[in-house]
Amino acid sequence: MSMINYASREINCKIVYYGPGLGGKTTNLEHVYAKTKPDTRGKLISLATETERTLFFDFLPVDLGTIRGFKTRFHLYTVPGQVYYNASRKLILKGVDGLVFVADSQVERMEANQESMQNLYDNMSEYGYDITKLPFVLQYNKRDLPNAASVQQLQAALNPGWEVHETARQRLTPDPDHPNETLVEQLSTGEWVERVPYFEGVAVTGDGVFDTLKAVSKLVLKTLA
Amino acid sequence: MAASSSWAFTPEDSTAIADVLERLLAASNARCALLVDRSGQLVATAGEPMDFDPTAFATLTAADFSANDQLARLVGEREFGTLVHQGEKESMVLADVARRVILVALFDQRTTLGLVRLKLKDSVVDLTRLFDVIFSRSADVGVGRPSILSGAHDEIDELFS
Repeated sequence: MSMINYASREINCKIVYYGPGLGGKTTNLEHVYAKTKPDTRGKLISLATETERTLFFDFLPVDLGTIRGFKTRFHLYTVPGQVYYNASRKLILKGVDGLVFVADSQVERMEANQESMQNLYDNMSEYGYDITKLPFVLQYNKRDLPNAASVQQLQAALNPGWEVHETARQRLTPDPDHPNETLVEQLSTGEWVERVPYFEGVAVTGDGVFDTLKAVSKLVLKTLA
Repeated sequence: MAASSSWAFTPEDSTAIADVLERLLAASNARCALLVDRSGQLVATAGEPMDFDPTAFATLTAADFSANDQLARLVGEREFGTLVHQGEKESMVLADVARRVILVALFDQRTTLGLVRLKLKDSVVDLTRLFDVIFSRSADVGVGRPSILSGAHDEIDELFS
């Protein structure tokens, strides 16, 4: 839930990085931390185990610029990916304004990706949040690995699209980041579907990290516009 | 419900909140007070300058409160409305306000836990009244929201170009 402070002229928004364990959520935040100027970001807080697995969450506040005299401040959180940490994972979703799902592209992790995506849907619905109405982007991470599944396979498994019922939104919408691809389209069966924007990434080198962050932040601000 | 509903507070709200926090500090002799929303965002601070990162503090406060909420449910309580963390020199009391925000008072040996808790109760009542108004107004505005970013699509595109 974004918070607008007219006294300090700030807009605060919460973005949560979700996904399976060891998928690269923390690495995304570490890259953002390393590459942003110290005066535009706060401390990177990690509540992790001794083996550096996220126990509760990682947190990084970043300023992404000013609009209409209001400073836009984004609070980036990761959730613990391991299946058994669901209680703490769910807590982090409270008040979320935008979601990034960091999928592990390795073929062997396909099932873990799907399980985590299902868990995200379940947790969001338990809060009464409608995931189809929330700024949401996907990042296919670890694209550099030889055992990475194709983007088509990942899209089919994780981003097949949800049905669009509102007639106003039933119009062909090209994907601005991928030529010849669409975000909203009509299937041969006649139903309209919408997919969320996706980005390919290699979080350890930083590839795709800022593209993903910019995309979700922009979508969040547009919900306020 | 889409999760991205927003709430806003005006300079007048800020002044009213600051008044409550200042009264709490004066009555309890606590060192400083912070108000944090349940999603971890810092709403207001008052009192002595803090020698820690208040943004990080706010995030951890919300996480602390959320985790304790779940613990309460596990043991059959609806909530733990007040939490106390006692250290050798510094201590803090956290209290729920209207299930939406958390009031935190930090104090040292200049006062006692009993006094801080007692005065905190009054502040919670005052703040609950204030936030009921703020949140009901935000909900009303949400219906036909004339947001501060209305029509700012081009500026947003520009920001991320």
